[in-house]
Amino acid sequence: MPAVENTVLICAGGACISAGEKSVKNVFEETLKKYSLESVVRVVETGCMGACDLGPILVIYPEGVFYQKITAENAARIVEEHILKGRVVEDLLYKGDSGNLTEKPQEELPFFTEQVRIATRNLGVIDPLSIDEYIARDGYFALHKVLFELSREDVVEILKKSELKGRGGAGFPTWMKWDLTKKAEGDTKYVICNADEGDPGAFMDRAVLEGDPHTVVEAMTIAARVVGAQKGFVYVRAEYPLAIERLTHAMAMAREYGFLGENILGTDFSFDLEIRIGAGAFVCGEETALINSIEGKRGIPRVKPPFPAIKGLWEKPTLLNNVETYANIPPIITNGGEWFSQYGVDGSRGTKVFALAGNVKNTGLVEVPMGITLRKLIFDIGGGVPGGKKLKAIQTGGPSGGCIPLELIDTPITYDNMKKLGTIIGSGGMIVMDEDSCMVDVAKYFLEFTVEESCGQCTPCRDGTRRMLEILERITEGEGTTEDLQLLKDLGENIMSTSLCGLGQTAPQPVISTMRYFWDEYEAHVKEGRCPAKKCKSLIQVVIDRDKCVGCTACARVCPVEAISGSVRKPHDIDPEICTRCGSCLAVCRFGAISKVSP
Amino acid sequence: MSAENVREIVTDIYENISSQSLEKGDVLINTLHAIQDHFGNFIPIEAAEVMKDLTGLPLSRIYEVLTFYTMFSTHKRGKYVIRVCKSLPCHVTGGQAVVDSLKNILEIDFGETTTDGLFTLEETSCLGLCGVSPVMMINDEAYGNLTPERVSEIVDGMVSRERSE
Repeated sequence: MPAVENTVLICAGGACISAGEKSVKNVFEETLKKYSLESVVRVVETGCMGACDLGPILVIYPEGVFYQKITAENAARIVEEHILKGRVVEDLLYKGDSGNLTEKPQEELPFFTEQVRIATRNLGVIDPLSIDEYIARDGYFALHKVLFELSREDVVEILKKSELKGRGGAGFPTWMKWDLTKKAEGDTKYVICNADEGDPGAFMDRAVLEGDPHTVVEAMTIAARVVGAQKGFVYVRAEYPLAIERLTHAMAMAREYGFLGENILGTDFSFDLEIRIGAGAFVCGEETALINSIEGKRGIPRVKPPFPAIKGLWEKPTLLNNVETYANIPPIITNGGEWFSQYGVDGSRGTKVFALAGNVKNTGLVEVPMGITLRKLIFDIGGGVPGGKKLKAIQTGGPSGGCIPLELIDTPITYDNMKKLGTIIGSGGMIVMDEDSCMVDVAKYFLEFTVEESCGQCTPCRDGTRRMLEILERITEGEGTTEDLQLLKDLGENIMSTSLCGLGQTAPQPVISTMRYFWDEYEAHVKEGRCPAKKCKSLIQVVIDRDKCVGCTACARVCPVEAISGSVRKPHDIDPEICTRCGSCLAVCRFGAISKVSP
Repeated sequence: MSAENVREIVTDIYENISSQSLEKGDVLINTLHAIQDHFGNFIPIEAAEVMKDLTGLPLSRIYEVLTFYTMFSTHKRGKYVIRVCKSLPCHVTGGQAVVDSLKNILEIDFGETTTDGLFTLEETSCLGLCGVSPVMMINDEAYGNLTPERVSEIVDGMVSRERSE
């Protein structure tokens, strides 16, 4: 067999796949065959490499040349030029802001170099379908250590020293959960992985499950050993079919290798895992709702206490952590608690994976030490706001969080700081918004989400959020009053103090937070009937500047409702009665003649 | 599709899933998923009756689960269920235009099915593909970096593939 000369890593994370990775890979492999190169070039589909906006991505080793935004058409060119002739295909390289080309952005760009990858250590590096590659990166070493070298108490102690807190939202110290479940009375116990990631804008759990499923299998097996559980469940949302597929495969391989199932690694410790699939209910991310869902019931939260550590799944002591939390466990056990806590700042130790989304240049996943400032995260690593626009706010913590305005961008990201700013780190989603976003509209958007996702069990959440949404709809339609603003505030505070579970208790947060920082914008809507961001359709008009219009008819041709009239080479007009403010005409006008106005 | 037929199919699916499960009595949701996949994007209401007999659970329990979760449908849906993301990251990157164009092209609103039975349009919360927003899923396949133009290419492509089959 000829020696492999090149290894080609293709990012097969969910985002790259949805950007066309499959056809890139097919063409690439067909072209290799065409030139009989398939035995000397190894093609590996990896998990998410993190830089979603550059996808589909392909990296060729040994050189490490990084090709981005590849299409099926130019995949063949990479084989013919790079592999066959040894010539770098320049037009597919990463291009910096100044137009300079770089072959290895992964070694130069802050997006990559500022990262400290612990939970995401294997993403984009290994083949998620290969257990051997996971093992080659120290996989299952931690499990071995736990079974043969450490006592159950030692493991809890390591976690305590690491100061790892739950990465799913609430930020509860992980060691405490483990310790409580370990000490809880009962012979039957369970461990659960919460993979019902649902916060809009957060996608790290998806990436870990798709790109490094064994880390979850290993960590859960370790957890089971420590707390004394025999069975475990991974609750994955049905929206993540690829994660389910790769995790299923990883579990089967782990069983084959003796890392899962009866008598793990020849010891008397047995543990097995099963996947449970959600069915589209955000509230199931709440731990007690999730437990109900695993039991085959409606996903409605239970009253706490008792906490799951005491009475969880089928009333038995149950340990629940989310995917990212579990992903940190094996390296912490291998390297020690102090190793992990060297990163970060007091009260917020270690690293955190953040998902950059919205109006930010470098979208994707980054793992950085906690305590990093928002400015560094959004501007240095994220590359700032595209299109020359100004940053307006950053939404963190999904529907339980709030918006941080530009003025506070130098705040270091810690659990405490975020709380002071009226938001939470949550699961780490960062939705960046530019000046075109209306904060009232954003608040309305989150309320729509909560109204849709409220389980309906308790009145404040079920009915209260609906009333809040109605008020916000009035405001965005220009029919709000100043009394409405006070009503919104009162209602919000009421819902927060009287709801049963975390979903309701935090649901008004996006409204309260935007009112805190963008009060002027709320007032402009109710007092002046004006939307300063020109977003709320009832408060704007789309107009054509007759001096700039050359009558090219481009706008009239794209208008879906035929609201634009005018003869060729004559200025056009928009009929405000027909116009739906969809903005299609704005996008096609090459003369800057069309604009949105709000009185 | 007769009632006996449904009974036979649902029983098979239930027994298959129960035999692989670590715990008994909690396979309702997994079974409903499998039933829905089998019948092509919907669960015939008769299946609830069969599940009642198989599990011994009250019919009300089966109905409440069936109707609580948004991914289950007791109404017949199109061959392709298009789920377009309505979450904030997609919204701030042009999601509304994508939603509008889907509604225009398919000539249906959310929750409706095209007259040829091919497409059902639904909204979904975040799909976790925010790096390439706006996004949608068609059955199990995700599509990112959407624009109104790309949406019409994708839908047209599927329609013409269906016609040629």
